[in-house]
Amino acid sequence: MNQTANETGGTGPSHRSVEIGVALFMALLALIGIYGSIKVGIGWGDEGPRAGFFPFYVSLVVLISCAVNIVSVLPTDKGRVFAEWGQLRQVLSVLVPTIIYVALVPYIGIYVASALLIAFFMRLFGHYGWLVTAAVSVAVPVMTFLMFESWFLVPLPKGPVESMLGF
Amino acid sequence: MQDIANLFHGFAVVVQPFNLVLMVVGIVLGVIVGVLPGLGGANGVAILLPLTFSMSPTSAIIMLSCIYWGALFGGAITSILFNIPGEPWSVATTFDGYPMAQNGRAGEALTAAFTSSFVGALFAVIIITLVAPLVASFALRFGPPEIFAVYFLAFCSFVGLSKEPPFKTVASMMLGFGLGAVGLDQMTGQLRLTFGVEQMLNGFDFLIAVIGLFGIGEILLTMEEGLSFRGKAAALNMKVVLQTWAKLPRYWLLYLRSCLIGCWMGISPAGATPASFMSYGIAKRISKNGHLFGTGQIEGVVAPETAAHAAGTSALLPMIALGVPGSPTAAVLLGGLLIWGLQPGPLLFVEQKDFVWGLIASMYMGNIVGLLVVLTCVPLFASILRIPFSVIAPVIMVFCAIGAYTVHNNTFDVVMMVVFGVLGYFMKKTNYPMAPMVLAIVLGDKAEESFRQSLLSSQGGLGVFFSNGLVSTIMALGLIALFWPLIQAGWSRLRSGKLRPAE
Repeated sequence: MNQTANETGGTGPSHRSVEIGVALFMALLALIGIYGSIKVGIGWGDEGPRAGFFPFYVSLVVLISCAVNIVSVLPTDKGRVFAEWGQLRQVLSVLVPTIIYVALVPYIGIYVASALLIAFFMRLFGHYGWLVTAAVSVAVPVMTFLMFESWFLVPLPKGPVESMLGF
Repeated sequence: MQDIANLFHGFAVVVQPFNLVLMVVGIVLGVIVGVLPGLGGANGVAILLPLTFSMSPTSAIIMLSCIYWGALFGGAITSILFNIPGEPWSVATTFDGYPMAQNGRAGEALTAAFTSSFVGALFAVIIITLVAPLVASFALRFGPPEIFAVYFLAFCSFVGLSKEPPFKTVASMMLGFGLGAVGLDQMTGQLRLTFGVEQMLNGFDFLIAVIGLFGIGEILLTMEEGLSFRGKAAALNMKVVLQTWAKLPRYWLLYLRSCLIGCWMGISPAGATPASFMSYGIAKRISKNGHLFGTGQIEGVVAPETAAHAAGTSALLPMIALGVPGSPTAAVLLGGLLIWGLQPGPLLFVEQKDFVWGLIASMYMGNIVGLLVVLTCVPLFASILRIPFSVIAPVIMVFCAIGAYTVHNNTFDVVMMVVFGVLGYFMKKTNYPMAPMVLAIVLGDKAEESFRQSLLSSQGGLGVFFSNGLVSTIMALGLIALFWPLIQAGWSRLRSGKLRPAE
């Protein structure tokens, strides 16, 4: 898929379908909101409006707005591209490592995970040599550590490496 | 008179050496935040908020508001030298600033931009000094219906004044209210919308939303567009600065007009970005050099910068006086107040005199310090942009993650940050405005509380929002703001209809 996309240059998902997708996603959230509100009660209780009163109407407005947005986007040009596949791949190449990074933080601590993230980016996108990569990816977490843990006394998540070093 | 004495007391607090150091640190961090793509005023302040947890509230607000001033200044540097607006409100500055730099007048453009920013901010601070105490003392009489009416007005202005499609603004705002409602219900103590998920008990913190929507979302966008920096070198020497300063006073009328536009747009939550465009557009129409705009006119730099700063600064007025922030960054500062244990709102002027007047005094001092810092350090800040994006991007990610974690010392928040980041990317691409969503998450609980208290007192009748002159006026203003595009369209149709028979 990507191969052909690169050859033709400008193909990608249409702006219209993404637009509808976003509206549908918001509508889904609104439906969840309506369901949750009805569960806790949207009416009038002993102490005034019940807990679901406000979120119910708010979700209802979201739902209506989404319907209007979908209707207003339907007649627009189908040909307009949201982003080219190549561009979307660029976005994913940042997003995927970030998701892995976030998933790793609770287990190996934020400092080690950060060093890995920075090293990954510098090697893959910057094509830096190992020496520069190592220097930057170690220096940034160490400086962060000094700034947060020592200077401002804000503890950050730590993993096995930090406990090995005695923190 | 009492206010003037308080202000001088505020100055005495601000010039303490520790606070002065914080001020310079804040400005420098702020300029860096403003220069870097993907870090803006709002999420810059949000990320650095945890650094202030151990400080006194006054020192903390001095540092954070200085980060904000720095970010406002910083946006101009990248617009002029690199044609890359570091902040949305400096987009209009690129129109004439970058051509000036290309013509070898970068120093002149930068001096004009910084000076204009300073003038705009100063004007807005003076307005705040004079008006905020009056508004606050007036607002002390507000009951729940009036408070809700003020929120109503603020949110309606978003819908009516924003250039995005109105139903997208409404959808994004109401989604924000919905997200804000998740968790413990303040009034009944009941849990709602958590669906038994333990992590959702505390609801969605707006700081996480800010960092995700504005930080991560912005980096994803930058990656998609691909970055190439082709910057002009710049050094400011005293001679250029003085020469430019000698030129500027002749534009006093332009300054005054831009200040007024900025303050107006800043206080109504339209914000700095539309203010800068509006000011630029009007300057282009009025100036006798209007047809040359876009080729490097100094007026084209002065107009948007003055208005953007006036708007950015005056956005703090409703935040201080009413507890209703005028911009996402003001919202983050408001969140800071809550974390430091202060109750935002009109009572702040009565109960926390030191804090409020320290903040106002720091606005004067911060902008003076800021002007000096940026005038002397431009080459340094411009060199930050020469660091390749492959190094900057992961470092920004790391700081976003740290910022998100430290809000509640919770790794689940970091996951939510990425979710908001993806949401932000799609919202930005499909023209859903994010500022109303953030403000709705912040103000959701308070707006809901005042709404329900009002209904409680009226036994459910909506008439309570039109029960006296004051509340009716505010509600009516809100409705006018809400339907402003329709009113405008109707009015112009009416006028053209009247004109036609005459022709």
